[in-house]
Amino acid sequence: MAAKFDTPELFENIAVIDPPPKYEEGAMAHSRPFVAKPAHNEGIGYPGELVDNWEEKAVTRLGELVDGSRALRTFLDSCVKCGACTDKCHYFLGTKDPKNMPVARQDLLRSIYRRYYTFAGKHFPKLVGARDMDKSVLDEWYSYFHQCSQCRRCSVFCPYGIDTAEISMAAREIMDSVGLGQKYCNEILAKVHVVGNNLGLPEPALADTLEGLEEDVEEDTGVAIRFPLDVKGADVLLITPSADFFAEPHIDGLIGYAKVFHQAGISWTLSSYASEAANFSMFIGSGDNLKKVAMRIRDAAIDLGVKRIIVGECGHAWRVAYSFWNTLAGPFDFLDPKYPAPQHIVEFTYDLIQRGALNLDKEANDHRRITFHDSCNVARASRMGDMPGGQFILPREVIKAAANNFFDMAPETIHENTFCCGGGGGLLTDDLMELRVKGAMPRMQALKQVVDDHDVNTLVAICAICKTQFAKTLPYYNNPMSMITSLHHVVGDAIQLGTKE
Amino acid sequence: MMLSVIYAILFYAATLLLIVGVGRKIAIYARTPAPLKIPTTPAPITKAGVVWRMTKEVTVFQSLFKSNKWTWLFGWVFHVALALVLLRHLRYFQEPVWTVVALIQPFGKYAAFAMLAGLAGLWARRFLVDRVRYITNLSDHLMLALLVAIGISGLGIKFVSHTDIVSLKAFVQGLMYFDLQPLPSDGFLLVHLTLVLILMVVFPISKLLHVPGLFFMPTRNQVDNPREVRHTAGWTAE
Ligand code: HEM
Ligand code: HEM
Ligand code: SF4
Ligand code: SF4
Repeated sequence: MAAKFDTPELFENIAVIDPPPKYEEGAMAHSRPFVAKPAHNEGIGYPGELVDNWEEKAVTRLGELVDGSRALRTFLDSCVKCGACTDKCHYFLGTKDPKNMPVARQDLLRSIYRRYYTFAGKHFPKLVGARDMDKSVLDEWYSYFHQCSQCRRCSVFCPYGIDTAEISMAAREIMDSVGLGQKYCNEILAKVHVVGNNLGLPEPALADTLEGLEEDVEEDTGVAIRFPLDVKGADVLLITPSADFFAEPHIDGLIGYAKVFHQAGISWTLSSYASEAANFSMFIGSGDNLKKVAMRIRDAAIDLGVKRIIVGECGHAWRVAYSFWNTLAGPFDFLDPKYPAPQHIVEFTYDLIQRGALNLDKEANDHRRITFHDSCNVARASRMGDMPGGQFILPREVIKAAANNFFDMAPETIHENTFCCGGGGGLLTDDLMELRVKGAMPRMQALKQVVDDHDVNTLVAICAICKTQFAKTLPYYNNPMSMITSLHHVVGDAIQLGTKE
Repeated sequence: MMLSVIYAILFYAATLLLIVGVGRKIAIYARTPAPLKIPTTPAPITKAGVVWRMTKEVTVFQSLFKSNKWTWLFGWVFHVALALVLLRHLRYFQEPVWTVVALIQPFGKYAAFAMLAGLAGLWARRFLVDRVRYITNLSDHLMLALLVAIGISGLGIKFVSHTDIVSLKAFVQGLMYFDLQPLPSDGFLLVHLTLVLILMVVFPISKLLHVPGLFFMPTRNQVDNPREVRHTAGWTAE
């Protein structure tokens, strides 16, 4: 297991540590996630182990990716090394490793691009920092491209919008294509293809779980709230991260969705075939897998004959659903055109609240003093509602409709400036615990400020990864694990069951 | 006259390299597909909104302003001054000279100093800020050195040893209309022109590609409407 490490220190009365830290060369050079087993790689269409002449193949694959992606090509060509992004990454701020500065992370790949694909790099490698593809480069890639949560914060602050997330995705795709995969992502993806969800939870087990949940909720509330599975002809297909079926605090969110559907009187169903909103293919930059997983949802929706698709609380899943589904698995012309396809559960609940379809008792949440964590992929890679920035407004409005005590964290740490939880982008694995704890530091610093100033005791998130990550890392920063909860837990607690239906 | 012939040939060659090089890059950028919708959000939901977003990025460096006030200040001053200087230079290429170009002539002098000040600030950051020092390659220093040297030699012509502007203009016009005229052979001018030749040649093979590149960045130029309009390109169109 990982060696001991020190949790970064937090300070009083500030939201962001300024000036940024002096860098410490090599501070995280030892961080490496477990390597995927051959079966994991093969399960998602990659060679099992590092192939022969992988150097050449990696360079070739890089060329193909650059040819196929305008983003990658312009990003690799255009960086002027202005340094504006250097203090924007939570992993740099938390680890002080200079290779975690976004531009330095890009340069790990740009140095290879320049060497093999640019005039300057071919003829004057030293001048432009170009280098040959070799084992030390591959090792560095494996380490540092697994220290990027693809949160896009750097892209907000770069004068050209250069998005290091795209570079990390490309680098991981190249590594996969030569047989060097990361265990966590690849093992999970292989499960989705076979079973339909990240947990590898087959239909009978899922049915059991949902039944158990119905019993628990009825016991708790005295109301029979359904958690339907594979119901043909339901109005809504709910696609939610499978963590919602099991994990704390995710499951309280699922209960919240069910209460909302119940009170609104809208029929809904889960699908055992497409029982996963997450699509880790994005993290590893794999187009084929991205499409394959997205197609499961289309197929399930057609099969069940639903009118709408609603996506549960999950950050990267919402990015994939909102930004990519139409491209990959569209057009969704078989759904009811009155509703956006897909819709976020927060958009759904927000609309119901606007229409007065939910009876919410804010006082039921008076024990909570709430702040909201904008998840990166929702904040910087998608939208909610019909105006830019709706993704910031809607969740806050829903919280405020369900609770009295809401306090935002400092402006430079929310909305599009939000700091990643530290566990996104396929890094939510115990073999990266040190990285996760250190990467959470900037968010924890901003949180500390509202805890100190407003006695905040509840951190609400709308992302399965954020929730798991915070449940793990909050205690390192002397906060209770239970501080993190689902947005729809707060909603669910406020719903006055039996008053509308 | 020998000198004039050499410079004429060099200018033709450099212009060709510049135009073909940058043109080729633009063609490649335009041809390379953007398979997925990846605007950095919140992003405009209309085309007009995107034009406005890009206009702010290009004219006031909006994102950079949010990022880092010092870099913004130096960078913005440098670019605005550069734009003024280049506009002012149009007078060598035009007959008659546009009114705007004539009007800004008096500001040109100050623009050169502002440009050098901006460059000096940007260069200082490469030594003084540890993070920026870390990411700097030799080529980044050389690019700044080149621009500083162009600026200083230009000021040299203006303030130290004047050149015969009328015959310089005749030489430039001669290049444009394939009617070779003699080039004044003053030291500062020749240095200035040589450095400009180098700049033209390195433009398409250096980070100066940020100029065309910037307009092609999907993170900034895409409309945020993936649910409303089905986007496909490249592998997603297959
Ligand atoms: C559409 C026109 C242009 C735009 C919007 C633009 C934008 C930018 C921005 C935002 C930066 C980063 C901030 C900075 O360091 O200043 C930058 C850097 C730079 N630009 Fe431009 N630029 C343009 C044209 C040019 C031209 C024509 C040149 C040179 C002939 C140039 C040379 C440079 C250089 C050398 C840097 C790096 C400065 C450094 O080393 O820190 N730019 N540009
Ligand atoms: C064919 C191209 C060029 C020619 C023929 C040329 C010629 C000249 C001349 C004759 C002067 C002196 C002006 C005077 O005494 O009033 C000058 C000044 C100057 N040049 Fe250029 N130049 C060229 C390109 C450039 C470029 C590309 C830059 C910048 C990147 C530049 C930057 C300057 C500066 C900063 C000055 C001093 C301020 C000014 O008079 O505007 N020049 N140039
Ligand atoms: S995408 Fe996020 S994690 Fe990756 S380099 Fe940029 S700021 Fe850091
Ligand atoms: S902000 Fe953008 S252009 Fe500046 S160094 Fe970072 S990636 Fe390069």
